[in-house]
Amino acid sequence: MSAPERPRAGGGPRPGRPLTRPGLRGLLLLAIAVAALPLLFPKNYFVTVVGVAVGFNVILAVSLNLLIGYAGQISLGHAAFFGLGAYGSAILTTRYGLNPWLALLAGLAVTFLVASLIARPILRLKGHYLAMATLGFGIIVHIVMVQAVTLTGGPDGLSGIPGLSLPGWTLKTDLHWYGLVAGVMLIVVWLSLNIVDSRTGRALRAVHGSEFAAEMMGIDTARTKGQVFVLSALISAFAGSLFAHQQGFVSPDSFSFFVSIELVTMVVLGGMASTYGAVFGAVTLTLLKAGLVVFHDYEMVILGAILMVVMIFLPQGLFVGLAQGLRRGLARRRERRAAPGDEVA
Amino acid sequence: MLDQLPQFLITGVTVGSIYALVGLGFAIIYNASDVVNFAQGEFVMIGAMLAISLISAGTPFALALVLAALCTVAVGLALEKFAVEPARGASVVTLIIITIGASIFLRGMAQLVWGKNFHTLPPFSGETPLQLGGATLLPQNLWVMGGTAVLVLAVRWFFNHTPVGKALLACSCNPMAAQLMGINVRRMLLLAYGLSALLGAVAGMLVAPITFTSYDAGVMLGLKGFSAAILGGMGNSMGAVAGGLLLGILESLGAGYVSSGYKDAIAFVVILLVLFFRPSGLFGRRSTDRV
Repeated sequence: MSAPERPRAGGGPRPGRPLTRPGLRGLLLLAIAVAALPLLFPKNYFVTVVGVAVGFNVILAVSLNLLIGYAGQISLGHAAFFGLGAYGSAILTTRYGLNPWLALLAGLAVTFLVASLIARPILRLKGHYLAMATLGFGIIVHIVMVQAVTLTGGPDGLSGIPGLSLPGWTLKTDLHWYGLVAGVMLIVVWLSLNIVDSRTGRALRAVHGSEFAAEMMGIDTARTKGQVFVLSALISAFAGSLFAHQQGFVSPDSFSFFVSIELVTMVVLGGMASTYGAVFGAVTLTLLKAGLVVFHDYEMVILGAILMVVMIFLPQGLFVGLAQGLRRGLARRRERRAAPGDEVA
Repeated sequence: MLDQLPQFLITGVTVGSIYALVGLGFAIIYNASDVVNFAQGEFVMIGAMLAISLISAGTPFALALVLAALCTVAVGLALEKFAVEPARGASVVTLIIITIGASIFLRGMAQLVWGKNFHTLPPFSGETPLQLGGATLLPQNLWVMGGTAVLVLAVRWFFNHTPVGKALLACSCNPMAAQLMGINVRRMLLLAYGLSALLGAVAGMLVAPITFTSYDAGVMLGLKGFSAAILGGMGNSMGAVAGGLLLGILESLGAGYVSSGYKDAIAFVVILLVLFFRPSGLFGRRSTDRV
């Protein structure tokens, strides 16, 4: 390959060889796993029903990871955007009879407006002040969902949301939904991998490292942070719309402060600043919660204890921590194998 | 309209006192270790629940309150010793998740021990309402306000006039320098958690006769305490107290004049507005980045 004519300062993915990047090999593995599960266990509750929930959480965690993991901006109110999308679709289809796809677009438009409006003032804040502001935003949205009864149905929520249909094909069974959500999930993971590896991604990581230094390097930090905030909100709202149509019912409980906290937990549990870490965290926590239901009253105690223990002993996250351990172990084995060979030579 | 103002203010100051105590707890731990302890609200719940249980088990009133406070302090010390201390040096987000894990754990334990029912404590000194210029005042309101005032002054005195309090302040200024001056920083951290737990427990016991307490009562109180601390400027103890009172009054006025359903939303909208215009709280020092 001839030398590039000018330094590739911005540089997206290298042209011509996108699939050889290690990240995309992981995506291929993920796609195979996602496709194999329903083929192996076509009628399994855990695959078709919990699987859809896992898919939604992966989408949300990956989008939140862009903000928390890469840009280093904590958000304790991410469920609000998930809720904006869901309620946008729910209200427009049930109260105004709008076509679900149009409702989805409208929900995205509203989310775009809200997110763009608050992005700048909120992202000016740092650390715990940012945590407080995002938390407050999430709680305000939740309270409106509960209180604006004439619009949102109040605490009981809205039911009778129509399903989605494409021309000539209606999503009916759990398996159909599994397919759609899994497809969207893979696209979101792919999108996240690409963003991280792009000019914007590098700018984000620079912002995470030191905003001041990033600013000195000519990065418009406010704009970069705002962009990723809005993008993250839009992905979550999109997931929210799908969620509303899949469930056929929405209530404020699905978008509360606890949900926001759970999403942050997924990101941190897997390992921050790693797209697959977010995927891993979302899968683990969703399955854990589904599994812990068996323990009834002990569910919270066990969940809390697991969170503490993992964070104390693997502060870099389960996925990242385990991956590092594995890599170190392999390297040590390779060294040991290489050592006797050196003596012979 | 306006003739109800005194009543709203009384309610606001009462609720605000509780927020102030919880916020003060947040500020003390934050000062000592840069950690926001999201299990702060659980101290309030545990203090109240323990007192209720002890009293219904026949323990004399005063003794029950003291025992409940001591047990809550033990919980606070255990939290520092077994959850926060082993994770020293971890990032802020990791520590936040640890304390959130602790709060879920404590809530789960409370649910196992006390179930999901609401519990209440008898008022400290009767229920005869007092009339005060058109407003009704319950003796318990006075207990809350008085108790808070005494505690806040005691904490102030502790930090400004006792060697231990000054040592704790030194740790928050510069742990390394404090260690070099012979202060046992780890013990000071334990002390901060114990003190926070004590404040939380007292807040819980003061408010228990007015509101109902259940295993998840700490969630909202914790959030409000955090809001109070942020509103006042994180790390400023007296700012947290002012923030708590302000938050309580805002909420009460919002509930009275605008809509009771939206009272929490009003409080949070005000907090957001304050942060938009003063990004480090009302009384916080402007932060500067070290490059």
